[in-house]
Amino acid sequence: MHDASYYIQLLLSGVTVGSLYALIAIGYTMVYGILRLINFAHGDIFMMAGFFMVYLSSAVSPVLAVPLVLILTVVLGVLIERVAYKPLRTAPRMSVMISAIGVSYLLQNLATYVTGGLARAYPELPFLKETIQLGEISINWITIITPVLTVLLVVVLVLLINHTKVGMAMRAVSRDFETAQLMGVKINSVISVTFVIGSFLAAVASVLYFTNYGQVSPLIGAMPGLKAFVAAVFGGIGSIPGAVIGAYLIGICESLIKANETISVFSNAFTFALLILVLLVRPNGLFGEKTTEKV
Amino acid sequence: MHIWGWLKMLKIKDLHVSYGGIRALRGVDIEVPDGKIVTLIGANGAGKSTTLRTISGLVKADSGSITYNDQELLGKPINKILEAGIAQVPEGRRVFPDMTVLENLKIGAYLRKDKAEIEQDIQWVYSLFPRLEERHWQLAGTLSGGEQQMLAVGRALMSRPKLLMMDEPSLGLAPLVVQGIFEIIRTINQQGVTVLLIEQNANMALKVADQAYVLETGRITKSGTGAELLADESIKEAYLGKKKN
Repeated sequence: MHDASYYIQLLLSGVTVGSLYALIAIGYTMVYGILRLINFAHGDIFMMAGFFMVYLSSAVSPVLAVPLVLILTVVLGVLIERVAYKPLRTAPRMSVMISAIGVSYLLQNLATYVTGGLARAYPELPFLKETIQLGEISINWITIITPVLTVLLVVVLVLLINHTKVGMAMRAVSRDFETAQLMGVKINSVISVTFVIGSFLAAVASVLYFTNYGQVSPLIGAMPGLKAFVAAVFGGIGSIPGAVIGAYLIGICESLIKANETISVFSNAFTFALLILVLLVRPNGLFGEKTTEKV
Repeated sequence: MHIWGWLKMLKIKDLHVSYGGIRALRGVDIEVPDGKIVTLIGANGAGKSTTLRTISGLVKADSGSITYNDQELLGKPINKILEAGIAQVPEGRRVFPDMTVLENLKIGAYLRKDKAEIEQDIQWVYSLFPRLEERHWQLAGTLSGGEQQMLAVGRALMSRPKLLMMDEPSLGLAPLVVQGIFEIIRTINQQGVTVLLIEQNANMALKVADQAYVLETGRITKSGTGAELLADESIKEAYLGKKKN
């Protein structure tokens, strides 16, 4: 029998994993909200952020590399939008989605080519992996920092969307492209801002994730990306609170399942089964937009 | 050049527009003089909405010209056309349903930076539509059809347009509400805003209009003052529901 502190620790690690999924899921859900596009390359942007850190830290100290990683990832995200999605703005939705799959493979293959397909050790950031003892529970700093930082970023994001001019423009564009344009909103700038935010959060997630995980490899973006995508769909794609809550639910459930030795191998299967179940009962997810009919 | 050329505000010349192979406009000429109410009537699919959407920049033209105070508008991005002083109230109102009434008004002033004057203009819109002030905190999606139309007009006014284009403002509204909307069109015009109005409700539109054009399958087939077209037999028959004896 396990004591309470064991379960608290499991819960904490679930919250941490959930936070990382949440940071990635926001990128999926926001891009979907604005462009109705599933950005399949998002998980690979997360992976690229990991490699940016690996290569940058050979030149500068890891602490200095972090802001550079954030900037480079944002540039990469916006660049992908300009090159692969913007030219297809008036094309059928399926074409843009295929373009996104193409970008995903391009990034994976690029990373494989550059690294030779080998995993690289992720540079260590000071004190993040040090453990501290809280009564019976021993945890490392990253387990504490991850959820706190995530909640902080989500709050800032929600304030930005609800109380700033650019946030108002984003809400307008996500609802009605054409009418937003008639108000003078420049669609392309709003889309760029969306990719800036999504890529920034993915980069933050990558620093936290890989610091914990210890290494980066070219295909590593796929699984966290897919889980975050499931979280976004689970919460109702297009909804930011939905994505965050979906991510925490998946993170916590996963952590609990992984702890049980008999069923731990099924943790991924569980995530996807959960998605299927939710979609059967609520096709729009937990907080999905109601499809309003045009009168 | 016409002697009154300097007076004309919006001039459309030989405008051709096509949508995926279908020629929606086949050489349209329209003039909207400063300070007037001009209406464009015609059946469904005649090209009325296409005309407005081409002016506001949502649709690209094949050829022709649209000048506004001698400045060419064709090829300009939508936000530049709005900055030039032309705002559109879209068909079906298209208010942002999950924003409040106040937010809808604020986004109408999206391109403006003069905060104090935006505040004044919100009060101006409230004075035109007291209902919007009462409901400023409500989500626009919860308003009635007539209130949403008021909001759509108010939102367009928030850009301080010199020319307001309205696409079927009476669509789907109760007769009494339609009356109110047309009164507001007059009021707005009296306050110095030029109006280009598209309507299927030809009777109401012609009564309020100084100038009127009839659009049929992409061409202007008749024009004149509102009163002239109201008295025109063929117009009566085709658009006003009066039968020949």
